[in-house]
Amino acid sequence: MAALWTLSVLLSACLLWPVCLALTPPAELPQPHNLPPLLGFNSSDGSPSVDLPMALRVFSVDYHHVQAPFEIVLWIMLASLAKLGFHWSGRVPAVFPESCLLIMVGLLVGGVIYGVRHSAPPTLSADAFFLFLLPPIVLDAGYFLPGKLFFENLGTILWYAVLGTLWNVLGIGLSLYGVCLLAQSSLGDVSLLHCLLFGSLIAAVDPVAVLSVFQEMHVNEQLHILVFGESLLNDAVTVVLYKLFESFLRLPSVSGLDVLLGGCRVVVVGLGGLFVGLFFGLLAALTSRFTSRAQVIAPLFVFLYSYLSYLTSEMLHLSGIMAIVTCAVTMKQYVEANVSERSNTSIQYFLKMWSSVSETLIFIFLGVSTIQDVHMWSWPFVCSTLLLCLAWRATGVLLLTAVVNKLRRNTVTFRDQFIIAYGGLRGAICFSLVFLIDDFPKKRLFITTTIVVILFTVFVQGMTIKPLVELLDVKRKKRALPTVSEEIHSRLIDHLLAGIEDVVGYWGQHYWKDRFEQFNRKYLRRFLIREDHQAPSSILRVYQELERREQRRDEEAPPIEDPRSHSRPLLPEEMDSIRRILSRNLQNFNKKQTPAYSRHTLHQDTTMDKTRKPLYRHHSLGERYKYNTITHWPQGEDGEFNGSHRVRAGLCRSHTVCAVGPRPVLQDSSAPAASAQRGPADPKSAATKEDQVFPQNQAPVGGEAPKKQLSFVLENEKQP
Amino acid sequence: MGSNSSSMNNIPNAEQLVQETGFSAAHILRLYERFQFLDKDDTGQLRPEDFGAVRELAMNPIGDRIISAFFSPGQETLDFASFVRVLAHFRPADSNRTRDGAQPEPANSSMGKLKFAFQLYDQDRDGKISRAELLQVLRAMLGMQVTEEQLQSIAERAIQEADFDQDDAISFDEFRKSLEKVNIDHKMSIRFLS
Repeated sequence: MAALWTLSVLLSACLLWPVCLALTPPAELPQPHNLPPLLGFNSSDGSPSVDLPMALRVFSVDYHHVQAPFEIVLWIMLASLAKLGFHWSGRVPAVFPESCLLIMVGLLVGGVIYGVRHSAPPTLSADAFFLFLLPPIVLDAGYFLPGKLFFENLGTILWYAVLGTLWNVLGIGLSLYGVCLLAQSSLGDVSLLHCLLFGSLIAAVDPVAVLSVFQEMHVNEQLHILVFGESLLNDAVTVVLYKLFESFLRLPSVSGLDVLLGGCRVVVVGLGGLFVGLFFGLLAALTSRFTSRAQVIAPLFVFLYSYLSYLTSEMLHLSGIMAIVTCAVTMKQYVEANVSERSNTSIQYFLKMWSSVSETLIFIFLGVSTIQDVHMWSWPFVCSTLLLCLAWRATGVLLLTAVVNKLRRNTVTFRDQFIIAYGGLRGAICFSLVFLIDDFPKKRLFITTTIVVILFTVFVQGMTIKPLVELLDVKRKKRALPTVSEEIHSRLIDHLLAGIEDVVGYWGQHYWKDRFEQFNRKYLRRFLIREDHQAPSSILRVYQELERREQRRDEEAPPIEDPRSHSRPLLPEEMDSIRRILSRNLQNFNKKQTPAYSRHTLHQDTTMDKTRKPLYRHHSLGERYKYNTITHWPQGEDGEFNGSHRVRAGLCRSHTVCAVGPRPVLQDSSAPAASAQRGPADPKSAATKEDQVFPQNQAPVGGEAPKKQLSFVLENEKQP
Repeated sequence: MGSNSSSMNNIPNAEQLVQETGFSAAHILRLYERFQFLDKDDTGQLRPEDFGAVRELAMNPIGDRIISAFFSPGQETLDFASFVRVLAHFRPADSNRTRDGAQPEPANSSMGKLKFAFQLYDQDRDGKISRAELLQVLRAMLGMQVTEEQLQSIAERAIQEADFDQDDAISFDEFRKSLEKVNIDHKMSIRFLS
């Protein structure tokens, strides 16, 4: 398997030979043995052709004509082949995160190009990065953001993002200035503002790098959303501080008023990005309402509007990341309600694809850009930057968490804090920002330091975070094992408190959520969603439960490796497996199930679309609905489905009422819950009722035997 | 949604509730509004079906147990006073209350909270969590993720750890002991109710 990977790398390296060689001035002739035979015909004027001077050219090569797109495609090809090779290479993904390997490939390619041309390889231009490479990634992240979890933890996320970043920036900037004062001889000309500027760009945690490392780690979704949300939202603070310090540098002097204005700018930039995103999101939702007659271009609107929102906010010097994330979050529910199944799938697949390509390109270019002539090294500066980054982040996280834990019910544990602090990776955003600094004598030093920090965080921290976390888990287990009963009772209490909060209507969150839901239902949905798709949510919920139950019925519980029969007393291995079972299945902080964000696979969001599919199945007569679009239920460690089987079973009794005729009767949401309390229904009887339901509703679609269709559907669902 | 004290007059026994539960007048008012929201047909009493308006509760694995915990055994309706008394359990404990022996244990102390949680298990109110009751709760929480044998072994282990008097059931004291490392007051309080 490793052979396959190296083969693909070599292949891609070979692909680049024509590229770099063609970039050389036309006087140099290409070496024949490295090129494919079509360039074998050489003539002195440099444009090869068949032997018939002054006659018609039967065969010619005109590379310059296609140079720009050709090179771009080759780079993307290289990136994708490397990625492919990475996934085929057996044990390597377990040790190295993908980002590391991509950077190494980039380094390799950069070295090759440098060796051939003896000059710096093409670097990642800041414009290309900010305008082309970053938006797809952030859009993808925003579109698949688990909304409920995000908003539940929004306070904490903002706390970390704004205050944490400020703490880091000021800390790193000021201490670096101290270091420069100490090493007066070599670093004397770095002013305080320069240090603060550097601090502002190096302090920011990068969503791209964070995501790529957390792919391979198993973290609970709450922690994931904390780190990820923080890395997204701190963009506002970072960009503002960066621009602030930059403009301070250009000013002759800085007064207190400027600082105050700078503070206001943070707010303006953040909120401005938010509003731009909202505006375009709503526009996109409205447009998608009318795409029923031209369904193939519906996905295009999603991308166009999001990109527009990004560009608009960049134009207005607002936070582009916030704009695009807000746009994606806003338009998602309406777009998904309006467009067809296939368009939805297309949107999601394209998002994944583009963000994947972007990410790989970014990392490869990071590697390539490292090979440069412009490095300037300074031991005190570089080492102190590294140390200070780690130290300030750690202290920041510790302090902030100590405060925020008093206000949260689900405390952020020490293990989580460690992951947040240690998982603060820097990435390409810092890299691009450092290139944008106005030229001053020590700029090359800054560039070198940034590259070192990025490489250090991605390689060292990225590779060691997983083993360290496992070590922490082991140590924690050794120190104070929670007993099984303690865990069970704690989880019961968690569920109890969640229920009580719901009953009381937890003012901080549920109040606003309920108000928003009312507003949403009354105005937004009516305006933004196509008429025939506006089904009341209780029906969708019924169908959602129905489908869930169906899938559940035919899926076995995931096997857990513990074949021994149990008798007293239990052995340690069994204890471990029990503990694993409990921690995996009881750790469900939010009531709905949200699959973890994954760059490589497409987990369907479990909220709205699952239910819409059966609804479409029954309503749409014209649609050729034969293939199954219900994707598989996310299995694996994050695919926790908490036991609401009781609810589902109870709901089955009520769905016979609402499934009468092609149009379901409006059902009050209190009825399903009430029937749920009557106790779990016998799954068999519920199943037969479902079989009765389907024939009624499938009659318009096709004359197939309903049971067959049901099993056909379920068979497809089983395929991963 | 103003909390002017004139609306307090609509609430029966408001003063008494404030005294008894330790909620402030503003909280009582908020809870009354919530009670009225849940009480769709305006009878002044809640029935178990009314809790269905809380949608998330339906998805909660122990949702029905929580709802039935509001109602005293045998009662079909719930008035506002009882509603508030149940919710008083989830107020953060008062650290500076002086306790003399004559006063009954306040609802929001650790003991009160633990008693409430205990009753979620102990549906038949015999003072013990039997193996069957524990299995029921486990089944509800773990759902279909685990097989029946695994459930049995987990329940077995839980009882083994906690049961000191070897009666194959968990009494309230054993329950309390198994949770001694957990900060009950922090875990079982709703912040805004302080």
